[in-house]
Amino acid sequence: MQVTSSVREPLVTGGKTIKDVTNDIARHVEGKPTKGWLLAVAVSLGVLTIGALALVATLWEGIGMWGLNKTVGWAWDITNFVWWVGIGHAGTLISAVLLLFRQKWRTSINRAAEAMTIFAVICAAQFPIIHMGRPWLGAYWALPLPNTYGSLWVNFNSPLLWDVFAISTYFTVSLVFWYIGLIPDFATIRDRAKGLRKVIYGALSFGWDGAAKTWMRYETVSLILAGLATPLVLSVHTIVSFDFATSVIPGWHTTIFPPYFVAGAIFSGFAMVLTLMIITRKVYKLEDYVTMTHIELMNIVIIITGSIVGIAYITEFFIAWYSGVAAEQYAFINRATGPYWWAYWSMMTCNVISPQLFWFKKIRTSIVATFILSIVVNIGMWFERFVIIVTSLHRDYLPSSWAMFYPTMYDVGVYLFTFGLFFTLFFLFAKFFPVINMAEVKSVLKSSSEKVNK
Amino acid sequence: MKENQKIYWKGVEQLTNDPEFVKHADKEFPEALPLENEEASGSSRRDFLKLMGFGVAAASLAACETPIKNAIPYLNKPVDINPSIPNYYASTYINGGDYASIVVKTREGRPIKIDGNKLSPITQGGTNAQVEASVLSLYDKERLTNPYIGGKGASWEELDKQVIAKLKSIALTGGAIRIVSNTVLSPTTKEAIKNFTSKYPNAVHVAYDPTSSNGMVQANDWAFGKAVIPSYHFDNAKVIVGFGADFLGTWISPIEFTKQYGKTRKISKEKPEMSRHFQFESNFSLTGANADYRTPIKPSQEGLVIANLYNLLAAKAGAATMSVAKLDVPFLTKAANELWANPGAGLVVASSNDPYVQVVVNAINSLIGSYSKTINLSAPVNFRQGNDAAMTQFIADAKAGRVAAAIFFNANPVYNHANGADLADAISKIGLTVSTSDRMDETTSLVQFVAPDHHFLESWNDANPKEGHYSLAQPTITPLFDTRHAGESFLTWAEDSSSYYDFLRANWKANYFTKQSETGDFNMFWDKALFDGVFTTATPAAESVSFGGNLPVCASQIGKTYKADSKDVEIVLYEKIGLGNGSQANNPWLQEMSDPITKATWDNYFTVSQKWANENGIKMVEGETTVIKVTVNGKTLEGPALVQPGQAYGTIGLAVGYGRTKAGKVANGVGMNAFPLVAVANGFANYSITSGVNVELTSTKYRIAQTQTHQTYMGRTNVVQESVLAKYKEDASAGREHPEIYTSEGFKKPSKISLWKGHQYSQHHWGLAIDMNSCVGCGACTIACQVENNVAVVGRDEVLNRREMAWIRIDRYYSSDAPAGDLTAMEVAAENPEVTFQPMMCQHCNNAPCETVCPVAATTHSSEGLNQMTYNRCIGTRYCANNCPYKVRRFNWFKYHDNKQFDTNLSMNNDLGKMVLNPDVTVRARGVMEKCTMCVQRIQAGKLTAKREARPMKDGDVDVACATACPSDAIVFGDMNDPNSRITKMLQLKEEGEEKVVNEERAYHVLEEINVAPNVWYFTKIRNKDVENKA
Repeated sequence: MQVTSSVREPLVTGGKTIKDVTNDIARHVEGKPTKGWLLAVAVSLGVLTIGALALVATLWEGIGMWGLNKTVGWAWDITNFVWWVGIGHAGTLISAVLLLFRQKWRTSINRAAEAMTIFAVICAAQFPIIHMGRPWLGAYWALPLPNTYGSLWVNFNSPLLWDVFAISTYFTVSLVFWYIGLIPDFATIRDRAKGLRKVIYGALSFGWDGAAKTWMRYETVSLILAGLATPLVLSVHTIVSFDFATSVIPGWHTTIFPPYFVAGAIFSGFAMVLTLMIITRKVYKLEDYVTMTHIELMNIVIIITGSIVGIAYITEFFIAWYSGVAAEQYAFINRATGPYWWAYWSMMTCNVISPQLFWFKKIRTSIVATFILSIVVNIGMWFERFVIIVTSLHRDYLPSSWAMFYPTMYDVGVYLFTFGLFFTLFFLFAKFFPVINMAEVKSVLKSSSEKVNK
Repeated sequence: MKENQKIYWKGVEQLTNDPEFVKHADKEFPEALPLENEEASGSSRRDFLKLMGFGVAAASLAACETPIKNAIPYLNKPVDINPSIPNYYASTYINGGDYASIVVKTREGRPIKIDGNKLSPITQGGTNAQVEASVLSLYDKERLTNPYIGGKGASWEELDKQVIAKLKSIALTGGAIRIVSNTVLSPTTKEAIKNFTSKYPNAVHVAYDPTSSNGMVQANDWAFGKAVIPSYHFDNAKVIVGFGADFLGTWISPIEFTKQYGKTRKISKEKPEMSRHFQFESNFSLTGANADYRTPIKPSQEGLVIANLYNLLAAKAGAATMSVAKLDVPFLTKAANELWANPGAGLVVASSNDPYVQVVVNAINSLIGSYSKTINLSAPVNFRQGNDAAMTQFIADAKAGRVAAAIFFNANPVYNHANGADLADAISKIGLTVSTSDRMDETTSLVQFVAPDHHFLESWNDANPKEGHYSLAQPTITPLFDTRHAGESFLTWAEDSSSYYDFLRANWKANYFTKQSETGDFNMFWDKALFDGVFTTATPAAESVSFGGNLPVCASQIGKTYKADSKDVEIVLYEKIGLGNGSQANNPWLQEMSDPITKATWDNYFTVSQKWANENGIKMVEGETTVIKVTVNGKTLEGPALVQPGQAYGTIGLAVGYGRTKAGKVANGVGMNAFPLVAVANGFANYSITSGVNVELTSTKYRIAQTQTHQTYMGRTNVVQESVLAKYKEDASAGREHPEIYTSEGFKKPSKISLWKGHQYSQHHWGLAIDMNSCVGCGACTIACQVENNVAVVGRDEVLNRREMAWIRIDRYYSSDAPAGDLTAMEVAAENPEVTFQPMMCQHCNNAPCETVCPVAATTHSSEGLNQMTYNRCIGTRYCANNCPYKVRRFNWFKYHDNKQFDTNLSMNNDLGKMVLNPDVTVRARGVMEKCTMCVQRIQAGKLTAKREARPMKDGDVDVACATACPSDAIVFGDMNDPNSRITKMLQLKEEGEEKVVNEERAYHVLEEINVAPNVWYFTKIRNKDVENKA
């Protein structure tokens, strides 16, 4: 029996049957790679290669290949890190938080969003290692490993160490959550496949048998993981923000950072999900699954988080004035009017002003406008991190040490490297994994889709 | 197991007990082996194999080259060389007319550090950047390793044979022989030259100085009948008036003067008095930066300004005034009034090389009674003995082919004389040319014979810097190369076979031994002089002299030369604190030394006034500026314009010492050579060009590598706290800022609110106290630190990337005229700003922000208050550097050692240069953070010494490199737990319960309000001004 509501917008349109869902989604996994896909992967690999050259040069010669200096010790590296981590927030939020809140519209987008999260976190996790002067040691010295150096241990006071734990926990939970969700879909593909494909997807599906008991366990695990992941959505960026908030640098030393960073992360994560989903739904012709309702709902989240971020920016200014601390006041005046004013105003325009356009229904339901604004938001969020990191550092306490930061081609190259990596992984995912959670979409089909006509 | 009773016989013989068998039964072989028989028959196969084996082995062993190992085990250990224990030898730094009495630290036979010699009454333990850096010049790969004849390596015997033969034939024909040198401070070398000139009567010694003070000598001759430069006593002066004389930086005897000046700038509640210093100058000199009142004047006004000062004083004294145009510049009348109000405690100095102007200076000093108190004509100094006219004459003679032989004794006139180009052309006309330079420099590369001299650290020598003051130099290392002391060369060429050492001893025995009565044994006298490094006879006391100068003549000459309001652009040449006259240009430490005023490295440039820059649209952003083209009498130089606040409008400053072409890979091509611009007026070298200067702007942009690009302190009184003397007298805490933070219990000092529990320092608690009032900003400490701590040189490009590695820097802040609050305007320095120097190094915070953020605990706090950096634990996240409020942490962006990319980092990139490295300090690897350690290796050494001697440490056992080098004693290091230490007394530390409280009102922490609780204290800067300027 299919129930349709005259009040609620259907979540799946086009009168899809359960079979249609399987066909529409598994088709891309089973078919031959298209030219478009091959081209996309080739471009991604090209970017990855160019980026890898920059990365190798940096690792070989030293961090000096970047534009950093005695005053500005972090710039693009940590900006990119925070940016990618922020992007990696949407997946878990969509899957876990919306699952707990029983938001059924998430079913069509959670798979891709989670994949994006995992790839973004992979990209983010590169930077804490790459940015080290001696990554070959730092990669494992930053872990609390038992060692033979006497009583030498990591410094549990350091927010960088908290980052290590926060990111690795978040990555692990996200990966498990994502993979558990993939298992029934892998089984579906396995059941339709022959030969080597059947073996591979059979292995990937961990012997899923579709029994009621299995489904029950699946639901339970999903719920437990959702429960585990929800606090992580808040904690990861909170801890990332501690890198700055616990320091003494004006512009960093700010208690507002945790909520402000979390809102910013969701903001940029949703924007990135939109960017990717708008392309995917178009290319894979999934308009019936990722509908305008989805896009509109996500745009509303963007307005909300964008506004939170905007209020946070203004609050920072207010507190700087209210604190009466000269260095703090100067840090904020310098952001808005100093040599990096353009970065600040790029941030303000992209993050605070542009999302407000979504108040107009016409804009928020326009695919083109949403696509453009989703990119604008992510540009803005990159600038937000750049503004926080670079403009705070470049003019801090002693004017004698004030300096400018100019990026080099290697700064750009390493950023490109993560882009190449991200898109390569995402395209591989889009080809070999079901981009929409078939099992979960099927579960909402009966209650929340358009009426089946046949 | 059943016992086996069976017996096996060896043979029937055993069974039968054959007597033959019984005889040999205990032997291994029952019968004799047949060896003897074979020997009897000559060589056997075995022997052949034995011989063959040995032969092959021996032949193959002989064919292998035995690896040469340089480590020589001390089987017979030299008495005073202990591995890892440094030895110190008193010696003397001599570079032309520059002098310092020094103590050389050697490790395993290598000199690695130069400290000042506290026993010297002249330099009093002070050094400067050039002295500190000179140890690297010893290990310069560009030094010549053997004598040369006609550009080819030769032996000393061959060189001597040819030189003597040529000299003799020239002597026979009566050709002119000239020895060309800079000032020679060594009396024994002069004696050797005298031997030479008596052997060759046509030989004349011509001395010149690249930056000459010949005019002063002439003026003193005219005024007092003594052709000398007197010694000065800035420490006796209450009012100091300087005209262009950079006496804290480069003028005559800067270390001595800084020591003296520093004494007059130290104030306390017990002695709230300090000298008042007026400076009238065109360029912004280090001395001008320290002046209480500074007036920019054009060089074309200088003579008139000085004459007007004379007139103002003469009017008060009732003496005849000079008839010169009246010219009043700011603070001139004030200076005159104060000089007059402090008779016998005033001192007027001028750097002008115009003798007529110097006569007026003498007249002023005579009027105000300086000649018995602050100037001692009876104890003249020998730092500048050059004779400009003689040198000009020599070049003219050479050009005319009138010189038969020229010996360039450590002089490089082709580079550093105004007529160097003429000399370069004429040098081929000279029959015999010899140079004793240490490298193939601009002059040496043109001569026939090169007889390279030792480096001063390799040689015996002496110096007579001042009447009654003698100084010995002893070798601290065996000569590295096949070089010979120049004095010995002169002796050899004069066919005197004695070694320079014997000659030196003989000279001292004959001349100085006799001047003392302490001992009758010359060896004892010699050993003491050698141990002390200095020997002083009674210095003649200053006595008042009567001025006999002809002021009317001076007035008319000044009237001719100087103008009150010239509209022409004028150039003033100067020496930089680091590079000086360029003789040490191939020293990368000096090239990369941040200029105290401009903060620029690796370049010289035209300093232009802000006003002129604004008029011409030149704006400096992050060191980027416009290249200008300056033409002086047909000579054109192109270089960047550096906008210099305080530069007199209409003048351009340009440093000499750059533009070397043959000094070595570090110096070649850096900057432009300004020496050809030096003008010769009335026979005296003139370093200011007042007419015929044409300036054109080009469209080329250039970035000057500055270590500090922001000029003002933006009114941040938590960084710079200053006041004026008048206010200090009323309130010792004048200028202090006492931040308080509001809590629920009312306002509290930041130190009372803390997350941290604090540290208990049960043994030592090291700290630094820095007196910003006596710090003159010279930067000697920065080089001393670089030498002591193996700090890398990174080169111009990396300085442009803002990545210099200095562990200690001197922040130089200009005042701004902008109203407080106008942040954009405050970024611009005042047209004639006040300057504050603030040495900045790791503050060794007790609540160190760097320590908490390091993920791997690579930077930690010691039990003695030091913030420690563990290089081999560092993974290079740079979080500590970001979180350092003082920005003193330095990251190894690249591998700076053994890397061709950084080949100007001589001390880490070639085997010879590496000999200067301090073996107690790690050379840091790529990717790790580094910073000031408060010379922890010295602290450790001091602790070990005390432990070995079974005694507690006492104040002075350990001193850090920066404090040791400081010529004005502005940095004091010590144990704040020791109630008798200097630092405890300076800070007036008192135990109050758990914590130590600083009771000295002037002492403050930079950025006190963030309560990082540094162990470095700064003392407020007090200017001796009547009213406070706006910050």
